[in-house]
Amino acid sequence: MAGKVRAKPGDLPSIGKSPTGIGGLDEITQGGLPQGRPTLLCGSAGCGKTLFGMTFLYNGAVEYNEPGVFLAFEERPDDLIKNVGSLNYDIEKLIAEKKLAIDHVELERSKIAESGEYDLEGLFIRLGFAIDSIGAKRVVVDTIETLFGGLENEQLLRSELRRLFEWLKEKGVTAVITGERGEGTLTRYGLEEYVADCVILLDNRVHDQLSTRRLRIVKYRGSAHGTNEYPFIIDEQGITVMPITSSGLHHGASNERLPSGIPDLDRMLEGKGYYKGSSILVSGMAGSGKSTVAAHFADATCAAGHRCIYFAMEESPPQIVRNMRSVGIDLQKWVDKKLLRFSARRPSLFGLETHLASMYRDVTEFDPIAVVIDPMSALLGAGVTGDVHAMVLRLVDFLKSRGVTALVTNLGVSGENVTTEIEISSLMDVWLLLYNRESNGEHNRQLYLLKSRGMAHSNQVREFIMSSDGIKLREAYVGPEGVLTGSARRAQEAKEEAAVLIRHQDIERRSRELERRRRETAAQIEILQAQLANEEAEVALLNHEGNAREDQLAADRVTMGAGRQSGARPDKPANKSKMRLDSK
Amino acid sequence: MTEQDGYNLRLYVAGQTPKSIAAIANLKKICDQHLPGRYEIEIIDLMKDPALAMRHQIVAIPTLIRQLPEPMKRIIGDLSNTERVLVGLDIQPN
Repeated sequence: MAGKVRAKPGDLPSIGKSPTGIGGLDEITQGGLPQGRPTLLCGSAGCGKTLFGMTFLYNGAVEYNEPGVFLAFEERPDDLIKNVGSLNYDIEKLIAEKKLAIDHVELERSKIAESGEYDLEGLFIRLGFAIDSIGAKRVVVDTIETLFGGLENEQLLRSELRRLFEWLKEKGVTAVITGERGEGTLTRYGLEEYVADCVILLDNRVHDQLSTRRLRIVKYRGSAHGTNEYPFIIDEQGITVMPITSSGLHHGASNERLPSGIPDLDRMLEGKGYYKGSSILVSGMAGSGKSTVAAHFADATCAAGHRCIYFAMEESPPQIVRNMRSVGIDLQKWVDKKLLRFSARRPSLFGLETHLASMYRDVTEFDPIAVVIDPMSALLGAGVTGDVHAMVLRLVDFLKSRGVTALVTNLGVSGENVTTEIEISSLMDVWLLLYNRESNGEHNRQLYLLKSRGMAHSNQVREFIMSSDGIKLREAYVGPEGVLTGSARRAQEAKEEAAVLIRHQDIERRSRELERRRRETAAQIEILQAQLANEEAEVALLNHEGNAREDQLAADRVTMGAGRQSGARPDKPANKSKMRLDSK
Repeated sequence: MTEQDGYNLRLYVAGQTPKSIAAIANLKKICDQHLPGRYEIEIIDLMKDPALAMRHQIVAIPTLIRQLPEPMKRIIGDLSNTERVLVGLDIQPN
């Protein structure tokens, strides 16, 4: 024992939890409602108390093998069954399987006379019998305050209610007691005095004609719990509570990358794309190509075999599919393969919190690797600016904690202005700005990667071209005249091409000239060489003739000597050598 | 005793509690005094037959139900207030 200061978790007795099976609520309550104890569920009319109770029983019977009893004071069993039939809760089947029992208590003051003392033992017997007959572990009492309208003796009722809650505890059933919200009190008749273990408040507030349901754990004895107001929704899939808060910054950081779907953009992002689990803001004016960037991302995600949810706020899914075909993206095939889910909703359909809750439900259900929200700015219509900021914060936190990559588009009223209306940019890891700039009588799209946390990225403004093969990014022409795009860029490019052509032609011309001169020179060399040869030959001839003449002269002298009889003998006949000279 | 003026009364109790015993005694006294020979009392102990509590819509104990004559009337309590019982059962006091 010495040195052991604190008991290990699990060593000390702690209260058990009875899971509700309601998405999000079990997270807030860290496991569910207090097991074997009554919980007070209060709220004004139309808050979903009855549905909440029925869901608690249905999930208990179907998912946790805990049969339940519904003690109804307000609605008849037929109506109850019909009302939750829209949620595909087959109550009749559960009743037949003895997993659920509904007991409707009719009380009408006008039909009952009171004479002397009484107690509510009849109610206890009924409830006890119902619990024992199906071995119920869960009980819903909806709404016991009706008794105050049906019976005169309030004092007695209060003591009997106290007894009822004690009795429920003794029975060991997890009970949900509903109560109507009162003026300044949680319930009209102060039920919170008796049920003190756990109190949950449901609320339905209307702001700008949009109602938002909210849930708050007012108290929970013996357990930590989330204390905020959490939005929840009721739709055909039941109740979903959005448990996230904006407090968490514990999400991990992945080094994995997800391609953006635009190869040219990937090149700007170290050639790999976005970080997995990061949030990407694409902002720009109307018609700057935000949805197309979003669709490329969705397409690339699905092409890699991952799931993606596309939250469409302004266009219907068929319209998006059709429009994206024009840039060569077929989203329908991913829808068919169940990799892409469109979740289309008008922003004005319900309040922000409800949007948040329904997105939360979609994400937890479909478990995508990436989501697209197109456009976030549409939500401005569903709440005041501060709320939108808070909502986006919560959504981004939630998505990050799940490692879901989020691409959010935002319609900026003034495309050049870097302050987005809802100031969500600080939450974002990547911010792509799309411009639609006018110059020389035309609008040209431009893309600028304003920031990209955690990677070396290009700082260049690119020209953004949408073609039937998707988005292409071109290096914008930067020159002495500034950044040129569109026709101006094309004109400048043509000008440059022409200059290059002229230069090429010049070089060709000069090299031809050189060749010509080279040949000319060669020819001249040949002529000179020929002249030289001529002269050489001439010299040789002259030399030869000179020798011959000298021979002849010598011969002539011999002949003449012989003719004068000088005594010298001629060796050869002189005419013979003369003949040879003539022949030459 | 005829069908028209005969009283068919059911008293629901839960065990032998003081309130139940008082209710039975009070009912008998009132009937003897105001409906001599024209009544029939059936006492149902829900402790022995709890299923009837739900079937017959019993909340408070004791509950007295006038089965006949129509329409059905309900009185809850130990029936110590005779006047209220008479009004509740629609009996003209003798």
